[in-house]
This record gives sequence, structure tokens and C-alpha cells, in this order.
Amino acid sequence: MARRSFFTFWRAVGAALMLAALAATVLRFGGSLGASTNLNDRFPWGIWIGFDVLCGVGLAAGGFTLAATVHIFHLKRFEPIVRPAILTAFLGYLLVCLALMFDLGRPWNIWHPLVMWNPHSVMFEVGWCVTLYTTVLGLEFLPLVLERFRLERARQMLRRIMIPIVILGVILSTLHQSSLGTLFLIVPEKMNALWYTPLLPILFFVSAIATGLAMTIFESWHSARAFARQLEFPLVQKLSRVLAVMIAVYLAMRFMDLSGRHAWGMMDQPGLERWLFGLEIVLMGVPMLLLFRERTRRSPQAIYLCAVLYLLGFVTNRLNVGITSMERASGVQYIPKWSEVAVTLGLVAAGFAIFRVAAHYLPVFEEEVPPPPPAAWEAEATRAYSVSRSE
Amino acid sequence: MAKAILYDSTICIGCRQCEEACAAGKKLAYNDKIAAEERLSERKLTTVRTYGDRFSRKLCMHCQEPSCASVCPVGALEKTKLGPVVYHEDRCMGCRYCMVACPFQVPVYEWNSRLPRMRKCDMCVDKLAQGGITRCSEVCPVNATITGERDALIAEARKRLAEKPSDYYPAVYGVNEAGGTSVFVLSAVPFNQIGYNTQIPKSSMPQLTWNVLQHIPQVVAVGTVLMGGIYWITSRREDVAREEGR
Repeated sequence: MARRSFFTFWRAVGAALMLAALAATVLRFGGSLGASTNLNDRFPWGIWIGFDVLCGVGLAAGGFTLAATVHIFHLKRFEPIVRPAILTAFLGYLLVCLALMFDLGRPWNIWHPLVMWNPHSVMFEVGWCVTLYTTVLGLEFLPLVLERFRLERARQMLRRIMIPIVILGVILSTLHQSSLGTLFLIVPEKMNALWYTPLLPILFFVSAIATGLAMTIFESWHSARAFARQLEFPLVQKLSRVLAVMIAVYLAMRFMDLSGRHAWGMMDQPGLERWLFGLEIVLMGVPMLLLFRERTRRSPQAIYLCAVLYLLGFVTNRLNVGITSMERASGVQYIPKWSEVAVTLGLVAAGFAIFRVAAHYLPVFEEEVPPPPPAAWEAEATRAYSVSRSE
Repeated sequence: MAKAILYDSTICIGCRQCEEACAAGKKLAYNDKIAAEERLSERKLTTVRTYGDRFSRKLCMHCQEPSCASVCPVGALEKTKLGPVVYHEDRCMGCRYCMVACPFQVPVYEWNSRLPRMRKCDMCVDKLAQGGITRCSEVCPVNATITGERDALIAEARKRLAEKPSDYYPAVYGVNEAGGTSVFVLSAVPFNQIGYNTQIPKSSMPQLTWNVLQHIPQVVAVGTVLMGGIYWITSRREDVAREEGR
């Protein structure tokens, strides 16, 4: 009973957030960017870029990470969690595109980069990659729909071209996950040295892979609860080890880079920056250390908590890059307006809701071999045992 | 051939006629209240700033290699051969990356419009194209702002420094900033004391992102071969295992 009311509570929260987002949408499209955001000439990018785009794309990185693991590296045992990862990624990218419509001053021109080229622009490259990769994710997601409606011929045809599609997806992801970091390379004089580094593209890429793994653990846990399924625990355990290693690689690169650029001195400067930097490092470092302990990896709850901590660290990092690091040079303080927060949280809530509906109606978890009911299993085992005895 | 602007802040008397002429040219309202706002905005594409008894103008620097034109995903910003960096409104999708990228923090936005544009000084490209000079140069009563050939203006600026070294801080702002601009500033005091950012790198800014972007073909080529190769090896391993298991 308690569990049931818990879920109703979260549904109410989700509905409230989506309603608030609706109100903000009226403000944005009925009015203007000025009416719906606290952005200004000195601070032109806020959380719609810092969270919705920078974090959104990163949080959807599980799609290419898992697709590569299973289809390219042939680690077939991870197969049961590929589909939820691809569903998450597909939803994530669709929501990023939707969020972008809010942020763009002239959203009806969103298709312009496809025909008006400027290959020197990082944003141009990101635009193309995100468009193509969303298409790739659509194709990777399509088998679920085809299966649901028993369109076998189409499914066979799609299967034949799936490997090139997966490879294309990995390449496109590598490019734009790193390019989101490259975006900021052109503003060395505006960014705090704790975050500005020529390594930004590589750091963005490595942390995106770790985020893909953490998100897979995250959604495994939630779908296990929501659909009363078996948590693919041995798989999650393996993922959690890889996650710990990826965070370690990321932090090692980050620390070496900070030392190499003699940027630690920035920690002496008073202000919010050093605290938010510290928060980001702690939120990544603590789950890494915990996950290296075997005791942590024995408990599903502990692994889940570590994944959540890391994800919070990741979000802090992206918000720091997109917002914190540039506030001082801009000379103004940016605090998002309620409507900016409402759209952001509303989209997150929509993501959860659509995932639930999709997982309910589509064979997202079907590839998993259903464990036989205990009674039957016992009967079988007893029979097998008695057969072998009698021989 | 390329045009440029030289602004000598030691001569400027802060009369703000440049602001007024600019507003008139761009069909923007201009009054005392707007004149008192000493910052760029959609109401004001150039501004005179007051630092004690000194004045300093702010306007688009029309960089030789503009960050804004480099970052624009749709090529809505263009460095013309004539010198000005111009904006093609119909291409713009409003991502505002130009505003983030500009090292001089020049581009401003029509935040309260439903059909918003980025706004900035275009060096009166309409007048330059007909062989004229900018409106701000035209009206300046003391010739603190002049328009001319870029090379000739750099020479003129250096000549002034050489002739009256005691009147000037010994540098021309804009010659090296962001790899060189088309607006040059002379000052009696260090530039950062009258509102010019001296932290801006002295090299081309677009190079910073191009250094990474130019490797995309390699990433695509090597990545595809690598992924394909790994797939080939691991799938063969799987085939072998299946054969042997049988």
C-alpha cells in the first residue's frame, strides 16, 4: 500500500511539473525570450543550454555506449539492457530538440544549418550530428515498433543494415559529445581556468561515456521497480566496475590537466566558483571510490546511489561549464527565471512519463528470458535429478 | 581596399553625436534617457562611455577573423572584403552563439521581440559600399572618429603615437587583439582603464575551435575502420565459438 501511494505521489509531481512547463510555454511563445527567461546581452545562454542541451545529450549517451558494447564488441550478455538504453537515448535526443525550440530566438529556422553551411562552426557540426544521430536512434528504436506490430519482413531488412547504423551512431556520438566541449574553446578570456582547457572536447567525451553507463544503471533500477522485474543485477555489477574505471580515467585526466595548466591557484580566489568546482569533483570522486569497494558492489541500492551521485556530479560539471565558469567575466549574475526551470523540469518529467508508457506498450524488456516460476523450476530440477539417479 | 575606423579617445569630447547619428541611420529612437545608458543594447549599437574626464567609444570591432562569423552555424555573419562584419537576418535561427563567442561582448539581442534579431554595428556598410564614410565619422565635430583604409589608419595611429608620445599610451588597441580588428583605438591611459578588455588573446580566435574541428575527417575515417574491424574480429570469434561448441 505504501509503495502504491509513493508512485501516485511522483505521478502528481510529474503532472504538476508538466503543467508548470505548459504555463512557461505560453509565456515563451506567446511572449518572447525576454518575458520567459532571465537572459540578457551579457549572459545569452542559460539553463536551456546548460542543462537541457549540455546535460540532456550527455545523459542520453547510454544509447551509443551500450549499442557499441553489444553490437560492435559483441558482449552479448549485455543484450537485455540495450533496448532500454536506446529508448532512453532516443527520448533524450527528442527532448533536447524540443528544448532547443524554446531556446532558439527563431525556432522555425531550426533547419537552416542543414542547408546554410558553415563548416567552421562547432554549432553547425553539432546540429548536423544531433540531427543524424536522432535519425540513427530512430532506426535503432524502430525494431521495437516493428516487433510490436509483427512486421517481420521490415524487421529482417532493418537487421541487415543494423551494424553500419550502429557504427555510424558511435561515430556521430563521439563527434558531438566532444563537440559540446569544443563549443567553449573559443572563449578562453571569458571562462574560469578551472574549466577552460584545450582538453574540453576529450573531457566531455570521456565523461559522456561514464554518464551513459551510470544512466543505464539508473534506468535499470527504476524499471526494475516500476515493472516489478528482476534487476539485471550481475550486469549492473559489471557496469558499475566499468563506471568506476571511467570516472577514474576522467578524474585523472582532469587533475593532470589542472596541474599542467597550473590552474589550482584558482582555488585561492574567493567566490562561488571554487565551491561548485569542489562539489563537482566530490560528486564524481566519492562514487568512484565507493564503487572500487567490493562491499558497495554487492548491494543494488549502493550501486544505484553511486550512479545517482555521479550523475549529479556530471550535471554540476556541465552547468559549471555552461554557466558558473562564465558568470564572472560577464559581470552579471544569472539566476534562471521560474519559467526556465519549469520548462526544464517539465521536459524531464515528460521523459520519465513517455519512457513508462513506451516500456508498457513496446517490447522494451522482452529480450530478457523470463525466469521460470519457482514451482515449475523446482519440479523440473527434481525430475532431472530423479532421472539422473535412476540411470 | 578594406575599410576601418580609427577612434582617438584623447580627442573625443563626449558630445555623443556619433550615438545620435548611428541611431538615426538605424532608425532607432534616441533621447536623453537612452544617451545616459552607457552600454550597448538593442537601442544603442554604439555608445560613448564616461571614465572621469575621459571618454571611450564602444562599437563592433569588425575583427579580421571574427569569432561571431566563425561560430555562426548558418553563416548569418559575414566578414566582407570591404571590412565590415555584416549580419544576414533571414538566415539567423537565434542560437546566440555569436553573443557568447564575441571576445568584445558586442552583439546584443532583441530580447522582447517575437521576431528577434541580433543587432550590432555594421560600419554603415551601405555608405561604405558607395564610397562614403561611416555616419559616426561624418558627424564627429573633432574628428575623433575617422574612416579610412585599414593600412593607412594603422599608419596614421602610429604616426600620432610617434609625434606626441607624451599624449598617448604607447599602443594601438585593435591591431593585435583577437588577431587584429578593423577598429583602432588610441588612449592616453592603459586601455583597461577606459573600458577596453586587454585580456583578449592576440591571436586568431576561430583557430581555437578549428584546431579541433579540422580533425573530424580523421575521427570519422579511423573510427569507422576501427569499429568495423572490432566488429569483424569479435563476430568471427563468435562464429568460431559457435562452430566449436557444436
